[in-house]
Amino acid sequence: MSSITTNEAGIPVATHPRRSAQLAMLIFAMIITVAGFAQVGLARDGHLPVGMYGYGLGLGLLAAGAYFVVVRFAPYADPLLLPLAVFLNGIGLAMIYRLDLNTSQDMKDAIAAGKKVVPFNGVSTSAQLEWTALGMIFFVVTLLVMRDVKIVQRYIYTIGALGLFFLALPGFLPSSISGALGAKIWIRIGSISIQPGEFSKLALVAFFAGYLVNKRQALSIVGKKFGPINLPRARDLGPILVIWVICLGVLALENDFGTAILFFGLFVSMLYIATERFEWVAIGAVLLACASLLAPMIPHVSQRISTWLNPQPYFDGGCRINGKIVNQTPLADCLHKGGQYIADSGQLMRGLFSMGQGGVLGTGLGQGQPWRTPLAYSDFIVTSFGEELGLTGLMVILLAYALIVQRGMKAAVATKDNFAKLFAGGVSFVFALQVFVIVGGVTRLIPLTGLTTPFLAQGGSSLLANWILIAILIRVSDTARRPAPQPIQDEGMTQVVNTA
Amino acid sequence: MNQLTLTLMKVAFLAVLWLFVIAAVGVIRADLWGSKAAAKALRPRKAPQPARQPKAAAPRAKRSEPTKLVITQGARAGTTLDLAGTEIVMGRGNDVTLPLGDDYSSGRHARLFSQNGQWFVEDLGSTNGTFLGRAKVSRPEPVSVGVQIRIGKTVIELRK
Repeated sequence: MSSITTNEAGIPVATHPRRSAQLAMLIFAMIITVAGFAQVGLARDGHLPVGMYGYGLGLGLLAAGAYFVVVRFAPYADPLLLPLAVFLNGIGLAMIYRLDLNTSQDMKDAIAAGKKVVPFNGVSTSAQLEWTALGMIFFVVTLLVMRDVKIVQRYIYTIGALGLFFLALPGFLPSSISGALGAKIWIRIGSISIQPGEFSKLALVAFFAGYLVNKRQALSIVGKKFGPINLPRARDLGPILVIWVICLGVLALENDFGTAILFFGLFVSMLYIATERFEWVAIGAVLLACASLLAPMIPHVSQRISTWLNPQPYFDGGCRINGKIVNQTPLADCLHKGGQYIADSGQLMRGLFSMGQGGVLGTGLGQGQPWRTPLAYSDFIVTSFGEELGLTGLMVILLAYALIVQRGMKAAVATKDNFAKLFAGGVSFVFALQVFVIVGGVTRLIPLTGLTTPFLAQGGSSLLANWILIAILIRVSDTARRPAPQPIQDEGMTQVVNTA
Repeated sequence: MNQLTLTLMKVAFLAVLWLFVIAAVGVIRADLWGSKAAAKALRPRKAPQPARQPKAAAPRAKRSEPTKLVITQGARAGTTLDLAGTEIVMGRGNDVTLPLGDDYSSGRHARLFSQNGQWFVEDLGSTNGTFLGRAKVSRPEPVSVGVQIRIGKTVIELRK
């Protein structure tokens, strides 16, 4: 039998089910989704779109199903987590519908009239709804199987090993299976492609939580003191160095520093949550600085850094001729002139133009030209929202993310079990970090990297993993907000026996 | 669609988006207030409770196998533990199965163990004693579902 550790959190939380608030917010989220679809149709084709009914009804039924499962199996759960996730998923679906020109009446008319039209490649609303359905099934299964997050604690080493295996796997597979756009983070089998990093993320949070619950006391022991800084003991530096090396390995093998930053940041933040010692963050920052000196040695990463620092010369292909970088397209032109092809910042700059076009209020859904940016439906969906909803709308989306993170952190603070605390805290943090890395990337705050935008971007793995993430947070918040059991018997009345 | 309608639609959509965020923050606010109300509601409820209790308690006190242990009062109130048949040592120390965090308990205070499906409580020579219901435990006593075990300021019950 495992030992139990609880601590008095003393955080005020409502300890009664809040079904009506949750239902009202869910309906609100669905209204926004349907309104988004309606606006797309009205602006683009001049009438309400046919897809509005099908997709609206589909998402509505899924949301209703998820709602009933939450009310039945996690009645005390936070009332905001599910509606916020449905809101983001729904508005993402509306944007994908908007970008999917195949669903436009104009396009259908043009094809019917015999004109040759090339559709915007790769975007599919129906596929996204199917993935959403699968994601919600995963959500429900997670809620049903994981009646208590402590179940996960029993298998942390298995889960951790699986997580690491799938994280590293694409790096060792041939590029034909795992590579795309420079990074090797996929596993493609036939027509299905999976991004295992999305699931490894959750697995490693579980592993770190289980590991740190046992080791947190050793890791908070003070070693040497340097003025105000209390360094941990040298032998306790092992784990953080191991994670650092693994992340560098991921970086080198998979050419993806988004994932590397995500995992390293996750471990450092969980160390901080577990030990409450700021020094770990400082050590993490130093290691990150060392890594950022090493990282430019990898060509793919150095390309990303040069296009981040100054994207202009690389627009649609930067070519180094006589030590100077000039725009040259296509690649053959560059090589013909004896130059060396460096990198392409076309996507990044088009995304920036797109957001500039949107301004404060945006062009309105269906009225901008977000499809000009490559991958405007997945990696760059944030710029699509920036263009069509403007800064005003983008802020709402970022606030929705912030609220999910806040509710997750709140559940972590309120729960009594240390493992659940670390698990929920880590899961919330990894969600926040992922949003930061991708939104920071497309807005040129940090170098661009191909992480998915949770719930918005088209992509199966990301949707599935994020719905599981929401299920975890809902389970933890349900446990945290469940009122303490009342005594069945009162001592003074034990003598009274009802013999009737 | 003329331009004015589309612009109005756009602004209305943005307004609805913001309303959603404001409503969400409203739910959080109600959560905080709700907790105060709940705390108030809990306090007066304690007094009338005993009157209702015997009815509920009588059928539950029947001999039946408990499946979990619940701490109903004390520093670790709300902790539950699934009973797996192995013995549970309770106390203030760190090497026990169920740490109580109770200053009035001894390091290794008492143990719960099961024999042929019946759970027993045994005092491990504690300073302040272990109580089953109102009686002090001097030798292993059978524990039935819903009967209170008192250790210091902590109250423990076995539940089905």
